Amino acid sequence: MDHFSQGNINYPPQPRSDAFSDPTTQTLNPIVVGSSVLAIKYKDGVMLAADTLASFGSLARFRDCERLYRVGDFTVLGASGDISDFQYTTHLLDTLVVEEYYTNDGHVLKPPNIYEYLSRLTYGKRNKFDPLLNSYVIGGFDGGEGFLGYVGHLGTSYQSSTIATGIGAHIAQPILRKVVEGRENTITEEEAIQVLEDCEKILYCRDGRSLNYYQRAKITAQGVEISGPHKVEGDWQYGVKFGKYGNFK
Amino acid sequence: MSSIGTGVEYAAKAVDNSGTAIGLRVKDGIVLAVEKLLQSKLLVPISNRLIQTVDTHIGVATAGLLADGRHIINRARDEAESFRNNYRIQIPGKVIADRVGQYVQAYTLYSSVRPFGSSAIIGAVDNEGPQLYMIEPSGVYWGYYGCAIGKGKQVAKTEIEKLNLSELCVRDAVNAAAKIIYTVHDDSKDKAFELELSWITNETKRHEFVPREIAEEAERLAKDSLNEEMEDD
Repeated sequence: MDHFSQGNINYPPQPRSDAFSDPTTQTLNPIVVGSSVLAIKYKDGVMLAADTLASFGSLARFRDCERLYRVGDFTVLGASGDISDFQYTTHLLDTLVVEEYYTNDGHVLKPPNIYEYLSRLTYGKRNKFDPLLNSYVIGGFDGGEGFLGYVGHLGTSYQSSTIATGIGAHIAQPILRKVVEGRENTITEEEAIQVLEDCEKILYCRDGRSLNYYQRAKITAQGVEISGPHKVEGDWQYGVKFGKYGNFK
Repeated sequence: MSSIGTGVEYAAKAVDNSGTAIGLRVKDGIVLAVEKLLQSKLLVPISNRLIQTVDTHIGVATAGLLADGRHIINRARDEAESFRNNYRIQIPGKVIADRVGQYVQAYTLYSSVRPFGSSAIIGAVDNEGPQLYMIEPSGVYWGYYGCAIGKGKQVAKTEIEKLNLSELCVRDAVNAAAKIIYTVHDDSKDKAFELELSWITNETKRHEFVPREIAEEAERLAKDSLNEEMEDD
């Protein structure tokens, strides 16, 4: 409070902040954050992976944070960015699912509905200058095929057969594209697990805010299955193989 | 009743004139059944539902004035949502019963409002297992193993007493409930009716209408056993 500023006869000194002023807000700064989320389409549906770390700055604050969340019977939501905003979003979606359940008419929220809802939600919040500081990945199974979509914190959205958020968008995305694009309907579950594990391993080596434990979600015609945490062994040969700091030789 | 009736007594009368609703609390879940008297043959089947979902794990059956029943259910949904917002867990059965009970009671207190002409049977499965409560227009509520409201409540209650509820499983309780509703219904006096059947199992913890095949089977068994009794007479 500034009770001592000079002021003049017309403008007496005013405290800049007192009990009546608006509270300090932190909604534009992420505090506890999660790193990359990876997702691909494959033969049976969609698979997502995300490590279980929630960082507080450079501190590895929570090492058991689940960033893959099941919404309804055929959708999984993954998120990078602010964990509290993610928890808020999951709560909103839970409420929505219950409201849809009231009608008991057999209709449920499907992955494209949740994808659209999130994109309107994030866009609406950014217009209020109160954005949700997350990148969302929506993986699901609908109408006999996998669904994979991305929603950003400004309301941007797109669908693709491979998605990677955070630093994974730079490190894992090229690898995922190389393996998946054009082969969405032929990749087996084993192959899908393999490529995601490889990417998690590389991210663990190269992303300073990552962890060697990750969860995997698989969404197929049978429904949702979230497994893990799985451990990845750090392979420090990557640095030797690829030359200094990812400068591929 | 004294010569001057009170509001809640008239409200209770409105419930006693409506179709029967029963609730059963058994070993592994809850079964709700309602005899929905059809106001008109022109109504589309399953319209004007008397059993509704309040949260994924809670079902409510009402008897009495349709609109009052809907209002109670709306309130119950708001309470369930508010509890989730505050505590981030699903509302336990006894809490929803208490919240709704207090609300119904408040409507007996003021000259500006009248008591609800509806009773509600609340079924829930929470961490404590299956829970069954019945709320009367006065606002009183008790927990039950089995309860009945509406026209046929006396007959229904004696039928429920014959069941071994603590040993019964949900699947068998559906058949028993259907049979009770058919027993209670008087073809010669009452309008045509539609049977509403819902359950919540410990396994799924979800309130849902009994799947069509199972419900139809239960109705068939109920009709058959009634016909047999008629022949015996």
